[in-house]
Amino acid sequence: MRRETRPSGVFTRRALLLAGGQVAALGVLGAKLYQAQVVEGARYKLLARTNRVSARLIAPPRGRIFDRFGTVLAGNKTNWRALLIAEQTDDVDTTLGNFSRIVPLTEYERARIDRELRRHRRFIPVTVRDFLTWEDMARIEVNAPDLPGILVDVGQTRLYPSGEVLAHVVGYVAPPNEADVGADPMLSLPGIRVGRAGIEKYHDIALRGRAGAVQLEVNAVGRVIRELDRQEGTPGAEVGLTIDAALQQQVLGRLGDDSASAVVLDPRNGEVLAMATNPSFDPTLFNSGVSQAQWIEWTRNRRAPLINKAAAGLYSPGSTFKMAVALAALDAHTLSPGDRITCPGYLDVGDTRFHCWSRYGHGSLDLHGGIMHSCDVFFYETARRTGIDRIAAMAHRLGLGVDLAIELPEARSGLIPTREWRIAEGHAWNIGDTIVSGIGQGYIEVTPLQLATYVARVATGRLVQPHLTRTLGGTLQKGSRPEDWPSLGLLERELRAVRQGMYAVVNDAGGTAPHARLPLPGVALAGKTGSAQVRRVSRELREHGNFNSAKLPWEWRPHALFVAFAPYDAPRYAVSVVVEHGNAGADVAAPLARDIMMDALTRDPVNRQSLPGQRVAEGATPT
Amino acid sequence: MMQRRLIRETSFGLTSKLWQISWSYIVLLCVLAAIGYAGLYSAGGGSPEPYASRHILRFAFGLVLMLSIALVDIRFLARLAWPAYFVSLALLILVARYGHIGKGAQRWIEFAGLQIQPSEFMKLALVMALASWFHRASWQRIGNPLFLIPPALAVLVPVGLILKEPNLGTAVIVAVLGGVMFLAAGVRWWKFALLAGAIGFVAPVAYNHLHDYQKARITTFLNPESDPLGAGYNIIQSKIALGAGGMWGEGFLRGTQNHLNFLPEKQTDFIFTSLAEEFGFVGGLALLGLLCLIVLGGMAIALRCRHQFGRLLALGIATNFFMYVFVNVAMVMGVIPVGGVPLPLVSHGGSAMITVMLGFGLLMSAHVHRNAEFADRRDEL
Repeated sequence: MRRETRPSGVFTRRALLLAGGQVAALGVLGAKLYQAQVVEGARYKLLARTNRVSARLIAPPRGRIFDRFGTVLAGNKTNWRALLIAEQTDDVDTTLGNFSRIVPLTEYERARIDRELRRHRRFIPVTVRDFLTWEDMARIEVNAPDLPGILVDVGQTRLYPSGEVLAHVVGYVAPPNEADVGADPMLSLPGIRVGRAGIEKYHDIALRGRAGAVQLEVNAVGRVIRELDRQEGTPGAEVGLTIDAALQQQVLGRLGDDSASAVVLDPRNGEVLAMATNPSFDPTLFNSGVSQAQWIEWTRNRRAPLINKAAAGLYSPGSTFKMAVALAALDAHTLSPGDRITCPGYLDVGDTRFHCWSRYGHGSLDLHGGIMHSCDVFFYETARRTGIDRIAAMAHRLGLGVDLAIELPEARSGLIPTREWRIAEGHAWNIGDTIVSGIGQGYIEVTPLQLATYVARVATGRLVQPHLTRTLGGTLQKGSRPEDWPSLGLLERELRAVRQGMYAVVNDAGGTAPHARLPLPGVALAGKTGSAQVRRVSRELREHGNFNSAKLPWEWRPHALFVAFAPYDAPRYAVSVVVEHGNAGADVAAPLARDIMMDALTRDPVNRQSLPGQRVAEGATPT
Repeated sequence: MMQRRLIRETSFGLTSKLWQISWSYIVLLCVLAAIGYAGLYSAGGGSPEPYASRHILRFAFGLVLMLSIALVDIRFLARLAWPAYFVSLALLILVARYGHIGKGAQRWIEFAGLQIQPSEFMKLALVMALASWFHRASWQRIGNPLFLIPPALAVLVPVGLILKEPNLGTAVIVAVLGGVMFLAAGVRWWKFALLAGAIGFVAPVAYNHLHDYQKARITTFLNPESDPLGAGYNIIQSKIALGAGGMWGEGFLRGTQNHLNFLPEKQTDFIFTSLAEEFGFVGGLALLGLLCLIVLGGMAIALRCRHQFGRLLALGIATNFFMYVFVNVAMVMGVIPVGGVPLPLVSHGGSAMITVMLGFGLLMSAHVHRNAEFADRRDEL
């Protein structure tokens, strides 16, 4: 009993003690609360209402974007602007009314201001007018008493000196939306922009930097009395691209008025030297909100200026796909370079007849001739022997129909059909599907960027990935040296057979693209034409004999494609050109590819200097 | 009379158990949760989304959980004490090895889609384990220092693990909780004095091993003006909001606490500030009074319990609740360093709500089974 009661007695004493202690502790908190809310409350209330300490975030400058030679592609410009803090005025409308008597505001601007005022909390400044002149600022300062809540502030705005030349690659910035602001409070600052497309979007977080903070003492109308403390933020990282802006400009110029795109890669390391899409747009227009008229014009334009056709345009590769079919067949031993196939102008499979582009047929051909003449029957038969799954596997290996992980959020993957895919879609795979895949038609869809990657991989036998970022925050990114890329794992003998065919296409008599020949002694271009039907040609039309695609309406004409690499012996450039509804690859795309290749080769010495790893080896060439 | 006999017999029928639950205590908890709803409704910008509606759902779930546990026989819970402790310890080790990094610390692990913060469970498991240990102890044995070594280790090992996470605030809370359990069990005062002396000696050494952010927290606490834009900024904003509330408050949904949007955690850590701004000193004091009543209710349950396990368990749970309240409220008024401790049943957050309600379930079980007799009591000498 004694044992029982004593610990219990001790427990009761100590429990009461603890309970008392806890009540006392909470009592102390109550007293502190009284002090904070009632005793000091008046002082803090004053602080809250009149002279208040206000902490403001300061936006760091957004990182700039350069081309490979340091040309600024995206920079920042100082911008004096008028801001409105709604809670510092009794009547927003009066303030804005007084303001527009000094600096006129358009109705459109007024609507934007009202929208932003509704969206932000009352203590967050809203931009009233950007790009104030000195005169405007002087007038605002003089009239300050009539403008409670208005403050003049310096900010920055995004500037794209390269304009529409690189709009699709560099992308653009736009004001953040509500979802963005929720993720990062810095984005509620006036004038802040987030990347909405291209590199601006892909590297947005790095480009943004980290916000600094400043503590200000402000008076009742929001004028800053003094700065109490300041912590600088971290400016956004600077991004150096692999792009050669001068080459890009030339390439875009070459595309003229066509709805077209072209990609120039360095096949040794996958650096994208140029990626041009025509028509383009002015990226600065997004900076302060695109007008509705402009937006309608862009979206209704059938040449789709906002789409990055080079990375997001999907096209049937047409005959440019034939090298992939050939390599699949060689790799699977369903074809050897010496095998001959006879083309009578058509191939009958079951009760379906598949036509060659040449009505009279090509006769007996080996692989070299098959590529050189772009014989359809040769590749119908090769595809039939090899099967779609092996062709798809090879195409994927060569970079077609796969996600290439390019630094463009808009980039698309395209599609190389497989038996499995078709069945998953709820259909059966027919042998006819394999046959038309042999000439790059049917369900196959690829991007011009993939085509350039494909030709680069064929040219060098390396698994190069196309990439746009050369330096990020001053550090050289991995992938700029050829040794960074593994081998494709294809036999050099087989690759050479295909490359020789591509050489013959351009340089041998009877090849399909004589227009692509380079007017340079000792430097040869190898390539392949393609035209992709956008509309199935009915047998009836074809059999009536006078079918001519050039007479079709523009949007029904086939796309013209050309892929090429040069110099043939030691490839330094891989090019793909797609001219939408350009009709025939040989006539339209091939000469363009030749000109682009000439531009690249002419700029060659400049480019060579930019590859540190190459300088020693190539600097040894005799002058 | 009938009722009394039922309790004397150790077979507890479900109806009589339900009758034994302290419904007035549950009303107090419901009032607290309702205040939480109001606070979160306001923090959500005058809308039940995104915080308040989820808060009340969680509370309903927690209430069911609490009542279920309250009906579990306390003797069964006592047998569960050490297994629960070791499971929590294993989870703590797991979080140290595989845990997710949240705000620079590994604190929680994901299990079946739930985020589990093992340190929260450890608080409850530690209280149970220590209650179970001291339940069997006679007065003489408590006097024996050797007898105190295993429970001391049971406190120090998790404290060490939580320190490593690193989560200084919770480690201190667990250590204090363990100390209170020792105190309530009847460990002599001079032993605590000795311990305090030892800590005073070791603390300066330990300070050098703290993370920079922990040091920063301590220095910010000692001199809040030294970093007005960093951690101290939150406290200054909190003080301004409290001051703006004044005696009577600015009124429901009318607090300028929207300014506290600059505070990242107004719906969790700073919910008290938000409420005190809108309802003033009067409202804040009433809330403190309610919290105090809940703590005292727990203590009353401890005192009315007729077995040592239940007494210690109830006292531990009540103290745990008190620690949450004290640390949170002291924190928002800048009395102690900021430490990510929520205000139980008021702040937004699922993990804390569930563990707090789990604790109240244990507390209520001690109340329902306050007259239970432990069979092995006689074997102890």
